[in-house]
Amino acid sequence: MARITMREAISKALWEEMERDERVFIMGEEVGVWGGTYAVTKGFYDRFGEKRVRDTPIAEAAIIGGAIGAALTGSRPIAELMTINFAFVAMDHIVNEAAKLHYMFAGQFKLPLVIRAVSGGGRQLGATHSQTPDAIFAHFPGLKVVSPGTPADAKGLLKSAIRSDDPVLFIENATLYQSKGEVPDDLDYLEPIGKSKIQREGDDVTIVAYSKMVPAALEAAKQLADEGIEAEVVDLRSLRPLDMDPVIASFKRTNRAVIAEEGWRSYGVGSEVSARIYELAFDYVDAPVKRVAQAEVPLPYNAKLEQLALPQTEDIYHAVKEVIYG
Amino acid sequence: MEKTDYLNLYREMVIIRRLEESAAELYQKGKIGGFLHLYIGQEAVSAGIGSVRQPQDRLITAYRDHGWAISSGIDPKIVMAELLGKVDGCSDGKGGSMHMADVEKNFWGGHAIVGAHIPIATGLALGDVYLGNDDAITICMFGDGATNIGFFHEGLNLSKVWNLPVLWVCENNQYGMGTTVERASAVSEIRQKAEGYGMANERIDGMDVMQVREDVSRVLETIRKEGGPYLLEIMTYRYRGHSMGDPERYREKEEVKKWEENDPIGIFRLYLINEAIATDDELDEQDAQAESIVQEAVDFAESSPDPDKDALFDHIYAEPTPIEYRGYALEQESEGN
Repeated sequence: MARITMREAISKALWEEMERDERVFIMGEEVGVWGGTYAVTKGFYDRFGEKRVRDTPIAEAAIIGGAIGAALTGSRPIAELMTINFAFVAMDHIVNEAAKLHYMFAGQFKLPLVIRAVSGGGRQLGATHSQTPDAIFAHFPGLKVVSPGTPADAKGLLKSAIRSDDPVLFIENATLYQSKGEVPDDLDYLEPIGKSKIQREGDDVTIVAYSKMVPAALEAAKQLADEGIEAEVVDLRSLRPLDMDPVIASFKRTNRAVIAEEGWRSYGVGSEVSARIYELAFDYVDAPVKRVAQAEVPLPYNAKLEQLALPQTEDIYHAVKEVIYG
Repeated sequence: MEKTDYLNLYREMVIIRRLEESAAELYQKGKIGGFLHLYIGQEAVSAGIGSVRQPQDRLITAYRDHGWAISSGIDPKIVMAELLGKVDGCSDGKGGSMHMADVEKNFWGGHAIVGAHIPIATGLALGDVYLGNDDAITICMFGDGATNIGFFHEGLNLSKVWNLPVLWVCENNQYGMGTTVERASAVSEIRQKAEGYGMANERIDGMDVMQVREDVSRVLETIRKEGGPYLLEIMTYRYRGHSMGDPERYREKEEVKKWEENDPIGIFRLYLINEAIATDDELDEQDAQAESIVQEAVDFAESSPDPDKDALFDHIYAEPTPIEYRGYALEQESEGN
């Protein structure tokens, strides 16, 4: 175990998997000579060379389409989208090709493909570069969508994604890169894709979160504990497949839930999770399920306005108070 | 080429023609659903390229793929079963007309979004280079219409930047659905687009299968020796509409007739007779064989069962993954194979 940042955890996962398996390579914008625009692949170019750390043109359809083709041949590409906002330029290849080839051709095509992308706002990048559109990608059967909230999960889930024979969209959050946590050193440390995880135990209320909202939920839980409210925090970790079992088990004990996501509320992760809670545990509902999410606006540049639009720890705190006291 | 090679090539072209005619009939009868894009008129391209590519060369094409399926070596029975959505089809009946593939035969589909397979072809060649499959070439077909979409430009550019062994083949049948090349493309010679990427290119005749073979063999040899991508624009013509629902208001009957007089099967037949490679009787015999092979394919496909219910959940993922059916979690998992 070592206490490292999420950036280091992701970097370590990539490095270790490239050391382990020569079929694994990285392609994307500025991943090589530059060292990655978020410095995740710093030092990779010197160690692995231009064959395995491939700088591409700014051409997302070619990056994802090219990575799909390379994956079909038996190599194991990790395609990096500088931000998830650019995934829209490659949308056809993600949803019409990556998500469908295995099914449409009856299992003839294996797609050991990882797409890494940075999601989320809070860095004054304006409306086009600050979105959290994760839920859109979770809509498509055939794609796996993973988004860790802690450094340990980031490492273990990314290693699983790289070893998976299915296409995995691995969503990182830039404002979490500096977050720190204990991360196992084991070269085969793997976290399972499609399994939610209890990040904090509690009997009074269930907070469901993923990615950046996990540390926010844990912070809110700490504040609530000072007032004698014990919140259980369930980290979804995977949006597809979505593992509801720990959520439902928790809800059946607490009978109250708040779901927190950084993206917009409408048609979002909270919508899906709350619908399933009502479907699967209606008899256990003691208060309406609350959703914490981003204001329904394109994110503005101004820092103050941007923070007003983004969901905060205090929003989770207040939502919990509402489901507990009505 | 041995005599039997000539006869086989001829028969293959007739099989494609007859299979497409049967498919049209089955479509009219409602036995084939969805979209159906026929290859009639373009047979010399798939047969010509199919007969000169090496086993390590990957083929990938767009949605007008039945001819390519046959020319890649898939049994006509299996092709017809896929058209009817049956379990014996090459994609277990789950792909249909536009999504045929057989990885064993290095045929990588059958892709229905115009131009989307072009960057994938770049990636296939990248994979071969990365894995050290030095002798392999990816042969990627697309229509003239696909050269106006961004995918084409991103895919070609990257193939040249990384100097990948791709033979880009534009099957220019002169219409993107109902819109002529002149009305959709800023340059009327598609091959000119390769110039923008500093890529070797030429325009060749696609109605004469022997010419296609000769030109494509030469270009494949060039790529194998010198590396790098190459674009061939192959001039061809589809006699039928874009798909079965095409009213064909965009062209005159005379135009189609003019091209039919220049028919790829007719040209090859005349060549075989003039060169004294085969007699009329021998070719008639091949016609009869093709006829019965297609009839057998139809009979086989019609008697092949529909996929059973469990097939709905097969192959969503390669790895065992929890699945859901109409809101309920199923006990079973989606199995890879």
